[in-house]
Amino acid sequence: MNYNWDWRVFLAAEPGGTGTYLKYLVVGLGWTLATALAAWAIALLLGSVIGTLRTTPHKWVVRLGNAYVELFRNVPLIVQMFLWFFVVPELLPKALGDWIKQMPPPWSQYLPAVMCLGLFTSVRVAEQVKAGIQSLSRGQGMAGTALGLTLAQTYRFVLLPMAFRIVLPPLTSEFMNVIKNSSVALTIGLLELTGRARAMQEFSFKVFEAFAAATVIYLLTNLIVVFAMRALERKVRVPGLISASPSAGGH
Amino acid sequence: MFAGYDFDVIQRSWVYLFKEGMAFTLTLTFLAMVGGIFFGTLLAMMRLSKFRLLSMAAGGYVNLMRSLPLVLVIFWFFFLVPYIYGAIRGDGKPIPIGAFYSALITFTMFEAAYYCEIMRAGIQSIARGQVWAGYALGLDYWQTMGKIVLPQAFRNMLPVLLTQTIILFQDTSLVYVISATDFFGAAAKVANRDYRLVEMYTFAALVYFVISFGLSSLVKNLQTRIAIIR
Repeated sequence: MNYNWDWRVFLAAEPGGTGTYLKYLVVGLGWTLATALAAWAIALLLGSVIGTLRTTPHKWVVRLGNAYVELFRNVPLIVQMFLWFFVVPELLPKALGDWIKQMPPPWSQYLPAVMCLGLFTSVRVAEQVKAGIQSLSRGQGMAGTALGLTLAQTYRFVLLPMAFRIVLPPLTSEFMNVIKNSSVALTIGLLELTGRARAMQEFSFKVFEAFAAATVIYLLTNLIVVFAMRALERKVRVPGLISASPSAGGH
Repeated sequence: MFAGYDFDVIQRSWVYLFKEGMAFTLTLTFLAMVGGIFFGTLLAMMRLSKFRLLSMAAGGYVNLMRSLPLVLVIFWFFFLVPYIYGAIRGDGKPIPIGAFYSALITFTMFEAAYYCEIMRAGIQSIARGQVWAGYALGLDYWQTMGKIVLPQAFRNMLPVLLTQTIILFQDTSLVYVISATDFFGAAAKVANRDYRLVEMYTFAALVYFVISFGLSSLVKNLQTRIAIIR
């Protein structure tokens, strides 16, 4: 291969004047994590509520929940990203839409990206939470009713505490998916890790150094998340169950 | 609510959107599915091989692909493949291969990692006694795999393989980042040319929704039809 490797490029200054390319990429990782964590908070909250509602005996609530899931699952992430960035501000009341569009960058990209990833991921969380609740034996819900608990109390004190401990491993892989999916935000101009690697390649013409660095940073991030979540999983494991392994598939 | 919007833009760009854009998307999806399942099955066989070196190489590749964002992988292949092609065919200078082939190679190699995990689960779902029965009949490894294990693994995993293909269909929209004209790329180009962002992106979302939702309903249907009653 005819390619002049030059790893010293990371110590060179990036043209924006914020410091070295290395710092430029590390700040990119910061934006990746800031986007992923904020989206994850939304996803966890919304996904838990919707996943729970889909297991209730109320037919219409279940149907609405199913419609929500199908809506966000059958449109590609990049299309949803463009809808949040270009279309939603136009459909909102004019004052609010203008306020969003006129936020100084990177916030005008950050906010739509977080909303998009949050709702996109909430659907996957909802699926996991629903599966977790349904994996419990029917007798648990019945026992709650027999003890005189209301439906809400049965969920709060009997079903959900168990379900969340069971679905923690698949939720871990969903969290890693949010980190990876946040790279799609570069299409609306958010300079997160992948976006900055691409920008670095354009400024310095050091294509493979830039992408290699981004690759290594993603791998290290994954490694840290896996170790942290394994520790958490050990802590909340339900005694007596064969712990489930993370499921395959998805991105 | 829709006053001031111009939905005629869809009708005006219909041919471009579908004959160029959607044709690109569907061709890419189909070829990457076939290639991805082929290489994915090979990777799964390698991962389950008793030769440590083979299983470690396949495992490393699959884990690497599954840890990286697809967008980053698209960039990697977009820049790397011309260099590799140049090293093979010419004097080592990069030879451009175009967005379609770049996307095809990327999605085949990327999805192979995901199809591999599905096929691995499929192969592992076959009772070990069947492999022994194959060997007892005098079949070799490739015959046992090809005539006994893989056909059943495919059948068991067909719904999952198809679901992954729907994900692949949606993911092909990311070729936007290398400026390819797939369905979404075509919609984006029309949107910017005629300044009809709201109309075009809403329409694109609708088309993706109808196709993905339709296909996943079909898969659900298939799943109940081909389920083996045990």
